[in-house]
Amino acid sequence: MTPTAPDIASVESLSRIPHGHPVITLRGIMKSFSKRTILNGIDLDVARGETLVVIGRSGTGKSILLKIVSGLMKPDSGSVSIDGVRLDQVDRQALMSLRLRMGFVFQGAALFDSLTIAQNVGLGLSETSRMDDDQIAKIVEERLDWVGLAGQGGKLPSQLSGGMRKRVSLARAIAMNPEIVLYDEPTAGLDPVTASGINDLIVSLRERLHVTAIAVTHDMHSAFKIGDRIAMLDDGHIVFDGSVAETRSAESPAIRQFIAGQSSDTPQS
Amino acid sequence: MRGFVRHVGRKWVDFLRYVGGVIIMSGRVVGALPQLPRSWRLLMSQMLAVGVQSLPLVVLVSVFTGAVSTWQAAYQFEGYVPMRYLGGAVGKAILLELGPVLTALVMTGRVGASMAAELGTMRVTEQVDALEVMGIDPTRYLIMPRVVSGLFMLPVLVLFANFVALLGALAVAVFFVDISSDTFLNGFKLLFKNADLTAGLLKAAIFGLIISTIGCYQGFNTQGGAEGVGRATTGAVVVASVLILISNYLMATVLFRI
Repeated sequence: MTPTAPDIASVESLSRIPHGHPVITLRGIMKSFSKRTILNGIDLDVARGETLVVIGRSGTGKSILLKIVSGLMKPDSGSVSIDGVRLDQVDRQALMSLRLRMGFVFQGAALFDSLTIAQNVGLGLSETSRMDDDQIAKIVEERLDWVGLAGQGGKLPSQLSGGMRKRVSLARAIAMNPEIVLYDEPTAGLDPVTASGINDLIVSLRERLHVTAIAVTHDMHSAFKIGDRIAMLDDGHIVFDGSVAETRSAESPAIRQFIAGQSSDTPQS
Repeated sequence: MRGFVRHVGRKWVDFLRYVGGVIIMSGRVVGALPQLPRSWRLLMSQMLAVGVQSLPLVVLVSVFTGAVSTWQAAYQFEGYVPMRYLGGAVGKAILLELGPVLTALVMTGRVGASMAAELGTMRVTEQVDALEVMGIDPTRYLIMPRVVSGLFMLPVLVLFANFVALLGALAVAVFFVDISSDTFLNGFKLLFKNADLTAGLLKAAIFGLIISTIGCYQGFNTQGGAEGVGRATTGAVVVASVLILISNYLMATVLFRI
């Protein structure tokens, strides 16, 4: 049976966990591919209303971590809990219901090529809610307006620039008023000006919707702008976890090199 | 020797994994069937793509299938079998074999490859993952409409194919083999049985199921970017074609017992 989304207005009432308490909990997450360990015992908590940014070099498993949190991938061991519900202990129906409370912004936007922008943004509502077409159209137009694409719902994804596709992906992720939003490299492949616009959008949506978020990125400018807390993933472990201010003043060589964009072979000046 | 055994073993495991995967996917499709009314728009769209949009190709192939059947039958009958049986023999060949099998093989290339390519591209660009995280079951949204449309539209296409093939056969008989249309049609009616038409349509339904199931499975399980999509598309055509020919033989042993 298809899980159905609650009416938009009542979504806020679903979350009974007060601000500041963990909404997302990861314990002992392990994941390997072809005998290569990518995640080696990850423990993380994300409080309600908080934006955690996970940074790290390419190939350290940041995107894999995000897919594990959303249930798209199963860890080899360990657990993920959303609002106290362990993803490994629920059936598929319950998992699909949990996902109705999440939004996911994919690195490549992952827009449905054969659908218009408006159809992309409204697909979750049309397939999982009892709303009629007019109600859905109103919400879609509102979300497109929030991301600066009002009136462009009739276009196809192929007619959009990279930045516009990311905006549509954002609008789609928040169409159902999610409580949790996951961002996979939200500024990847974008020029600095467009990337800055996406960062501003993420911050404004956080303030508007009060979502809990995890963003993975290796763009430090983005990390400092959108994050409340920053964790660094390296060699399968969380090697740093602190506030934005603590990150800026961290003395760990690994953090300093990553922030400065230096390889370990680059001579220090 | 050890390398050969290991290779054969690996291929056998791959084969079993493939069969198991198809069975699991088919089970999920059956489980999603109660939600068919909810997905009626998707189903209509797929039936349009599989059925209506395939008609021109089916008509083109069938005309020549019927035409060459008459040439071949007349060539083989000459001097041995009275030409009044030409319509019956050609009719039986079309209804029982040529219509269903050739239509299915052509549709494997058009519909099966298309399904594999479309779903494969969706898989490698994370569109399938996007459906999952939106709480939309990809089996209900993507696969079920395609499998159901294959099951129902292939028999419809074969009906058209049979009709057009017979017209092509009649045209060759009348204009090139010098047989009157009455002789041809009387021969067809003489040997026609309802059971032949039913058997051909039943075959078409099975072939439609094979084409859409294999096309969806190959596409849905694509890995490895553009190259993976290419492999999935080729695999969909090859596997479905082989399964059509094998199932055709198996059905013949059951349907055409003497």
